Amino acid sequence: MASITLENLAHSYHAQPITDSDFALKAVNHEWEDGRAYALLGPSGCGKTTLLNIMSGLLQPTRGRILFGDTDVTHLSTAERNIAQVFQFPVVYDTMTVGQNLAFPLRNRGMEAGYIADRVTRIAEMIGLEQHLTKKARGLTADLKQKISLGRGVVREDVNAILFDEPLTVIDPHMKWELRTQLKSLHREFGHTMVYVTHDQTEALTFADEVVVMHDGRVVQIGTPQELFETPAHVFVGYFIGSPGMNFIPVTLDGRQAIAEGGAIDLLQDFENPGGDIVLGIRPEFVRLSRDTGLPIEVKQVRDAGRHKFISAVLFGSEINIVADAGTEIAAEMTKVVFDPSKISVFCNDWRINAGSPQTAKVGAS
Amino acid sequence: MEKTVNQRAWILVLPVVLLVAFSSVIPMMTVVNYSFQDSFRGNDFFWVGLEWYSELLRSERLWDALGRQLLFSFIILLIEIPLGILIALSMPKKGWLASLCLVLIALPLLIPYNVVGTIWQIFGRSDIGLLGRVLIDLGFSYNYAQNAFDAWATVIAMDVWHWTSLVALLSYAGLRSIPSAYYQAAKIDQASRWSVFRYIELPKLRGVLIIAVLLRFMDSFMIYTEPFVLTGGGPGNATTFLSIDLVKMALGQFDLGPAAAFSLMYFLVILLISYVFYTVMISIDKDETKQ
Repeated sequence: MASITLENLAHSYHAQPITDSDFALKAVNHEWEDGRAYALLGPSGCGKTTLLNIMSGLLQPTRGRILFGDTDVTHLSTAERNIAQVFQFPVVYDTMTVGQNLAFPLRNRGMEAGYIADRVTRIAEMIGLEQHLTKKARGLTADLKQKISLGRGVVREDVNAILFDEPLTVIDPHMKWELRTQLKSLHREFGHTMVYVTHDQTEALTFADEVVVMHDGRVVQIGTPQELFETPAHVFVGYFIGSPGMNFIPVTLDGRQAIAEGGAIDLLQDFENPGGDIVLGIRPEFVRLSRDTGLPIEVKQVRDAGRHKFISAVLFGSEINIVADAGTEIAAEMTKVVFDPSKISVFCNDWRINAGSPQTAKVGAS
Repeated sequence: MEKTVNQRAWILVLPVVLLVAFSSVIPMMTVVNYSFQDSFRGNDFFWVGLEWYSELLRSERLWDALGRQLLFSFIILLIEIPLGILIALSMPKKGWLASLCLVLIALPLLIPYNVVGTIWQIFGRSDIGLLGRVLIDLGFSYNYAQNAFDAWATVIAMDVWHWTSLVALLSYAGLRSIPSAYYQAAKIDQASRWSVFRYIELPKLRGVLIIAVLLRFMDSFMIYTEPFVLTGGGPGNATTFLSIDLVKMALGQFDLGPAAAFSLMYFLVILLISYVFYTVMISIDKDETKQ
């Protein structure tokens, strides 16, 4: 096992890429630490599968290097990289039994029969396939097939990393939870580096130690689920993480205050107006309705969803979402809205800025 | 509730009934009718019961033709199916080269049967044919008109040339429908080329191969035009397959009764073998899915 380092990695599906937009994956620098579980999160077409296929060696990057530990593996084949990958659709060898499927990668590597048998039994027990070992793989349900796929990955002890390409797409909802839990326990047991590609934020946030958010071929933020939620580095992260996503209010900065059309919002800190388009971001969870203080608002709809109330309202002509606890009182005369000032994010030209060092976020991430 | 009686449906199905009656039921019944009768001077018929059938079943002629037919179908299946798969595997996967290959491969399928026969008849001639002349100049004694083995080899080569394309096209379509993730997974599992074929491609081709075997079997079992044009069933009776024999009997000798009995048995044999093929292959398929 080893850490995986990406150096200026970029990929284009065009033969002669010229402009930035020709690149499906724009210069990525990142180190995947050994033994951690990562999620690669982003909408369809953001380049996450491209990045995954480059790491597994199924694609050759247009530019940049990829290192396993200290070894440059950019031009090594998939097999030489010693990587396992689980695909979106379960890939099993139809005519083999479950046991033969699990044994296949070991047999191909010329392991001893005794070792293979032990290993297969052990893995089958761990992922709950032991009662299916002698069955043909083709008749099984999608979740069992996906387990076989996973099993073929972990059956090799020396595997460097396991890559998952949206592995739960075709799994029934009630099985997703179980499989995800099993993945977590496998990770604890074996300590493989795991990279899990998904466009589902719940999957990403529950699975990973660290989430890498991608947008338009770029890594926009790498952080723990909590960091992504509280301090998004890019407008996209605010919008993509959370349900509903972050509220954005276009403002101008004036000292410690943000001015939005008619009203002022206290930011507690001076962001030293950096110029460019300034947008305030505030999570629906940190917005509160009030009777007398705050900005004027027009409530459109209140939906009760059990533990929470979802309120949609209009602030200065644009829509804004509020999430309140179920017990919160909501009255007709509550026509003002208050933001929790410590939870406000400030974005300049889509990238987060922090008080005192307005340009850091932008330089660091692009 | 009382059922409404409505006879209008009869009128609606009448066109189909008429069509099927005139196109297959009536001609078929005429054949059945002939098979139980003997005819004199072409127009005097009298009832002979099952005599033609029992006579045919005892005649060596039919059994020989059937034997040749089975051997022929067996050999061409044995060659065409693996060869077709091999061609499909080695064809380019995309680009203009793939389209070009597809067109070239499909060409033999577009040539009329009797033209195929004529092409090979000339191609194989030992005096002027490109193939025949070259073989003789290379020192082989080759003459499909006199040597039974040469005749067989030529008929088989001709059928392989004509029909392997069908198997290749079907297999190619089957191969193209395999998702690329399978190949990627095989790479990761370090599967050899042979394993990829054995455990991914072949199982995924099963469906189209069932169709290919069935089509090629039925078609080769009914082969008539090409060997007829090439050898006329000779030398001797060496390439007299069932349908050639049938035509000899029905038109050459004008033995309507025995020929009719022959046709019906021929038809039943094809139906039976195809049915057995199909049921066996489908049931293997089901068994494995169920398990």
